[in-house]
Amino acid sequence: MSREIIIDPMTRLEGHGRIHIFLGADGGVDRAYLQIPELRGFEKFVQGRRAEDMPQITSRICGVCPMAHHMAAAKALDDLYQVDPPPAGRKIRELLYSAFMAEDHALHFFFLGGPDFIVGPDAPRQKRNILGVVDAVGLEIGKEVIGVRKQLRDLVAAVAGKAIHPVFGLPGGVSRSLSSELRQQAAAAAARAIEFSQFALGAFRKTVLGNPGYVEFVTSEAYTHRTYYMGLVDEANKVTFYDGTLRVVGPDGKELLTFTGKDYLDHVAEHVEPWTYMKFCFLKDIGWHGFADGAASGVYSVAPLARLNVADGMTTPRAQEAYEEFVTTLGPKPVHYTLANHWARIIELVYAAERMAELAADPEIIDPQVRTLPSAVPREGIGVVEAPRGTLFHHYGTDGRGLVTAANLIVATQNNAARIALSVDKAARALIRNGRADEGLLNQVEMSFRAYDPCFGCSTHSLPGHMALIVQVRDAGGTLVQEIRRDLPCERSSSAWATNTRETMPWACSRCGRCAVTWPGMRTWWRAPPRAWHCSRSSPGMTARWSSTRSAPAAVRRARS
Amino acid sequence: MTKPKVAFYWCASCGGCEDVVDLGEDLLAVVDLVEVAFWPVALDFKRADVEALDDGELAAAFVNGAVRTSEQEEMARLLRRKSAAVIAFGSCAMLGGIPGLANLYESRDILDAVYRQAPSVQNDDGTLPAEESHVAEGDLTLPAFSASVRTLEQVIDVDYYLPGCPPPTGLIGSAVTALVEGKLPEKGAVLAPDVALCSECPRAATKPDKLLVQAFRRPQQGLIDPDLCLLAQGLVCLGPATRAGCAAACPGGNMPCTGCMGPTSNVVDYGAKALSAVASVLDADGEDEIAARVAEIADPVGTFYRYSLPASLLHRRVRPAARHDEEEVTT
Repeated sequence: MSREIIIDPMTRLEGHGRIHIFLGADGGVDRAYLQIPELRGFEKFVQGRRAEDMPQITSRICGVCPMAHHMAAAKALDDLYQVDPPPAGRKIRELLYSAFMAEDHALHFFFLGGPDFIVGPDAPRQKRNILGVVDAVGLEIGKEVIGVRKQLRDLVAAVAGKAIHPVFGLPGGVSRSLSSELRQQAAAAAARAIEFSQFALGAFRKTVLGNPGYVEFVTSEAYTHRTYYMGLVDEANKVTFYDGTLRVVGPDGKELLTFTGKDYLDHVAEHVEPWTYMKFCFLKDIGWHGFADGAASGVYSVAPLARLNVADGMTTPRAQEAYEEFVTTLGPKPVHYTLANHWARIIELVYAAERMAELAADPEIIDPQVRTLPSAVPREGIGVVEAPRGTLFHHYGTDGRGLVTAANLIVATQNNAARIALSVDKAARALIRNGRADEGLLNQVEMSFRAYDPCFGCSTHSLPGHMALIVQVRDAGGTLVQEIRRDLPCERSSSAWATNTRETMPWACSRCGRCAVTWPGMRTWWRAPPRAWHCSRSSPGMTARWSSTRSAPAAVRRARS
Repeated sequence: MTKPKVAFYWCASCGGCEDVVDLGEDLLAVVDLVEVAFWPVALDFKRADVEALDDGELAAAFVNGAVRTSEQEEMARLLRRKSAAVIAFGSCAMLGGIPGLANLYESRDILDAVYRQAPSVQNDDGTLPAEESHVAEGDLTLPAFSASVRTLEQVIDVDYYLPGCPPPTGLIGSAVTALVEGKLPEKGAVLAPDVALCSECPRAATKPDKLLVQAFRRPQQGLIDPDLCLLAQGLVCLGPATRAGCAAACPGGNMPCTGCMGPTSNVVDYGAKALSAVASVLDADGEDEIAARVAEIADPVGTFYRYSLPASLLHRRVRPAARHDEEEVTT
């Protein structure tokens, strides 16, 4: 008897991700398909626009990582007009880029990576959430993460016009110079970010590395894929975010190739499947051989773990120290454990903060000369950066007036798409036997997702930039036998889905204790969650409504005071 | 006093609007005064839950993003019915936003560009994502791709507008305060100052009384003075046609205003207004000279209608006749 399992946002089909799992006659998984059901088409509608508007237009691909698109586009404009920014212009760009990376990684540490790894993967599920993190590392961290992010964002807004959708990137540099006041502001933000990153690392060490079950869990086969890795490195093969050479290492850790962003078309290609709007990147040198890992498959991976795998170390002292500890613990490199991305992300947070401090301390950064005016006739430009979620390529062709005639955008999660599809398939295979979906299925599938910190809004330039998942298990007659839901609006989500109790998560359903509600600003308002309510599942025929009869739970009242 | 219930919903958006709400630390005190009844990322959120509300039970629904799919349209209609006030939140909901530029192209052109023409694509048999596809294990389906982007107002009746890409936190705070205190202005109001951006631009003092521009230049064609009026420097700054409320954030970053806050009141077509504002400062005589100067402005659609194409009188590119004939022949 064959069955299908559909992980699907049942009520909100369009604009969401969907996982469709086909079961074989023996009840095992034949194949799991990850489908991305939307597309926006930036590549087409930027045609006809002015090249210099690309940094601002393409940042609207994603309101979560606007700076990554802004910067990749600005670098593509440098190439288009064949201009190099003067030293101060380049340094201001990298300063703000580092601030953005630190801010993005800090968020992930606290709200996504944190629950799995600070509380611990083998901690009771109901503890594996934001409040669990707070229990483990203290209430102050909640305030600190908000404070650090705000300070970093304020700096970006002060220099780049706006933190969400910045405006400062131009061919040959940036639109404004850095005053000494802003430089001091940057130095202060960097110092605080370093302190925070050290705190994060310390908390990680104490609570995770001190847990003997942790390494075993991270290194388990269900979360392991032996693929190629790609990332930017500097001349000494150290991790870099803003600029460098692309390096690819194989599953055996040996360097396969290095290339500059300008040659990306010689090495990176995309595969199209009819069942998803997502395109799947692969290494042209190896070729597309289907969804498979190993040296014979062109599937590769990007993002924090990939960056540490392709690099020989970090340029800053604290990050290098953390990197060495990482390699000693999980090595030898390359580390193939998908879940190690969380640790790698904290190491990168350390690096981003330290790099900010270096740049803010550089007296040259306040030089008023921040732009090189272009004189070349524009034709074609390519820009590459390491976005928080991996390598990001922007490629524009223009006419002689600098109006875009063609655009190609390969975004971070797209590079990872094939490996993410593999992870989903593998998790499903590992967990579903005899036609039964283990209750932990969704959690484990989602853990493999979360490690990549995927942004499907970016990767298909899809609408909306959010992804929701609902697992539905149906029997052969199509009757729903099990349902677990998960909404994942980019990284904006609580990680506590489907694992909540009222005890640890006051905003969970007061009856089933599992369903949770998130709302804008939940991360900052968690100290003051809504009043008790119950979900519709726990009361068939009734509706989920807020109840005004209950006061806030004791834990919340304590937190408020 | 019972707290007013509000709902948040996003349609087609980048996530930036959600982010800005999220980051509005200063808003915490204000938003403590309302009861957030629904939000689409709610785990157990069902359309039925909203449907079960009394009509008009929600004090306000904040909806961001443009409308592109049938599901978004249905949710917008539902929220309209259940809400006393619907607020179009952000440029996309209000004007169509940058993704609204997709209205310049047909769906199939977009699919072709992404899946066939992109230089990195290896797709010899021209595969496109399909609504139905057959794989070895069974059948898979996808929603159809739609390239028609509509503003919220083109789908439902909208009471208020919060402009910006994303809306400035100060304006969000004022809007929520007004809601709580029952001091919302009359229907149709834009919840932002009804004056041009120039009024709050720190460069305003340097704007000449009689502004005349010999020729417009693009940002990469020269250095930009950080203190002088950008329009006076010959840059296409849309401040004179654009609503204030953002504290002139982009001129603060030493770049021209691109018009995300939309028009001041009584303007039907923002792009036309912006074009007219810019044209009025051109120092040119005679039709030929004026035409020549205007032709120097590259990409007028992307410049003047960057955030507002779906809201414009034209709404989208009118299909070329040749293409239309070809389609009739082939079908």
